[in-house]
Amino acid sequence: MSALTLYDKVWRDHLVKDYEDGTSLLYIDRHLVQEVSSPQAFAGLIAQNRALRRPDAHVAVADHAVPTRNRARPLPDGLAARQVSRLQENATRFGIPYIPMRDRRHGIVHVIGPELGFTLPGATLVCGDSHTCTHGAFGALAFGIGASECECIFATQTLRQRKQKRMRVTLDGRLPAGVTVKDVILALIGTIGTGGGVGHAIEYAGEAVRALSMEERMTLCNMSIEAGSRVGMVAPDETTFAYLEGRPLAPRGAEWDAARAAWRALATDPDAVFDREVRLDVGALAPRISWGTTPEENLPITAAVPDPDAEPDPERRARMRRSLAYMGLEPGRRLDEIPIDRVFIGSCTNGRIEDLRLAARVVAGRSVAPTVQAIVVPGSAGVRLQAEAEGLDRIFRAAGFEWRESGCSMCVAMNDDRLAPGERCASTSNRNFEGRQGKGGRTHLMSPAMAAAAAIAGRLADVRSLA
Amino acid sequence: MEKFTTLDGVAAPLPIINIDTDMIIPKDYLKTIKRTGLGKGLFAEMRYREDGSENPDFVLNKPAYRSATILVAGDNFGCGSSREHAPWALADYGIRCVISTSFADIFYNNCFNNGILPAIVSPEDLDKLLDDAGRGSNARLEVDLEAQVIRGPDGGSVPFQIDPARKEKLLSGLDDIGITMVKDTQIAAYESRAAAARPWA
Repeated sequence: MSALTLYDKVWRDHLVKDYEDGTSLLYIDRHLVQEVSSPQAFAGLIAQNRALRRPDAHVAVADHAVPTRNRARPLPDGLAARQVSRLQENATRFGIPYIPMRDRRHGIVHVIGPELGFTLPGATLVCGDSHTCTHGAFGALAFGIGASECECIFATQTLRQRKQKRMRVTLDGRLPAGVTVKDVILALIGTIGTGGGVGHAIEYAGEAVRALSMEERMTLCNMSIEAGSRVGMVAPDETTFAYLEGRPLAPRGAEWDAARAAWRALATDPDAVFDREVRLDVGALAPRISWGTTPEENLPITAAVPDPDAEPDPERRARMRRSLAYMGLEPGRRLDEIPIDRVFIGSCTNGRIEDLRLAARVVAGRSVAPTVQAIVVPGSAGVRLQAEAEGLDRIFRAAGFEWRESGCSMCVAMNDDRLAPGERCASTSNRNFEGRQGKGGRTHLMSPAMAAAAAIAGRLADVRSLA
Repeated sequence: MEKFTTLDGVAAPLPIINIDTDMIIPKDYLKTIKRTGLGKGLFAEMRYREDGSENPDFVLNKPAYRSATILVAGDNFGCGSSREHAPWALADYGIRCVISTSFADIFYNNCFNNGILPAIVSPEDLDKLLDDAGRGSNARLEVDLEAQVIRGPDGGSVPFQIDPARKEKLLSGLDDIGITMVKDTQIAAYESRAAAARPWA
């Protein structure tokens, strides 16, 4: 039998049927359901009078449009309130587990899936959200889908798919001080491009990946979609098992032992072949900052704003000009001289406890610059409670940060956490698209440590120089 | 779902690479619980000015392109969010075909569930079609899905690529659930096998 990759093995284990046209019917074990992409899917089910096949395979939670303060009051936005109440009604109607906004298990779908042990190695997991690739950190085959596909999952628990090509990203070396996995994924996107991974499922491998914690692996896999790959996976290992053991929905006892043995066998065979191989030495990296309006437009903090005239490709040159005009930046300006107005620490990319610890370490004993408004939005209630138990909230508040409740918040800006036109934000989120954090808002993507440094300095800053 | 066979219409040029789904339909329009009525939000941040009036410089606001049914766009169209509101907005506006050199994977899939054809052409042919689309109301293209060709105003034609399974889906107008329901016994058989092999899943 030919050698298989991790992706091949999880695919094989979920194959219901192959079609003559080269597509396959794939069984989906798990589905995370949120308020923005599900109402139309439920409505389709109701209109066709179709049953929901497996209520136990879903978990529903409202994360995108929920406010991050004053949650005891009714939601201030009537449209968001309707989406949240519709999600609860639909979950009740179809018997799906629903986690309310004020529950201790509330949070961003991609933060709570792993926390609950809903995310498991070797499983197939989908959600009507592109950052579903986050769950690939566990060796799950996890990807974002559209609302029509969500409806298909409700009705059949399957999706008709064509297998992706296989890409391996090997990360060598050790992360230097002040450099985080966020810088690694930004560097990778900068190397292969926003569309570099289109049509491919990425597997992250190499010594640097093995050394990463589960939360770091989630950050890495989370932004695979920003490189065009809707799948990013890491083979499960002892780090994975240690994270999962004892989680509420993880298997227990003899079943845990059997599962762990099966999960160990998922690793890519030594002689398996990938369609594309990319290598990156993480030991050579510096902290990175995005300067443009597509994630590939990022550079080390030590660099200057690039000059479109130096770009040979005319399409890319045009795009750079557009980005710089939107961002209000001139070529040649040092990145670490750019003043900022807002700081956002949170999101499914960087809203976990280790992210908050890193940021708090930078912030401790310092103050947010008087010109800056800074917020911390924990990725889940669990993260928030853990941070409060560790006293991180007091460190952030003492420095002048606002300490909020869990949700997507200013990553997608569907609640009232958003930038005003022209405002510039140091953000730990994943997308710097035009208008992403509010119409006319300007986003610079970076790690939690770098966002904390920017909050203190009042400008984009190199965290390594804040000794 | 509406079938797609041939389309003869005005093509609007949008020569920007990495057009993301936030550009196609900004977040303000995602709070709907319906699939319909999103055409007004299509490209809203480029299409409207601060006061809500139309930006006359945006291509779809120019008289020649207001009735466009085809977009010719730069590489990696539809990157970013999985929001199906993007194809819903395109379809509601009246766009039935987007031509580019590549499409983001999730957006690409979403198109086929909404009767929209994402046609992939070579970089050289995209340049030709952008040139064709630059001719205002003379910018008519004819898209023939069965033959997989796009015919220009001068009678020339270029081929386009499409996943064969997706092509059938557009031609037939059948949705995935309709196709899948037939296979219910196979899904049940898979579930029995999986329950034995991986009871934790």
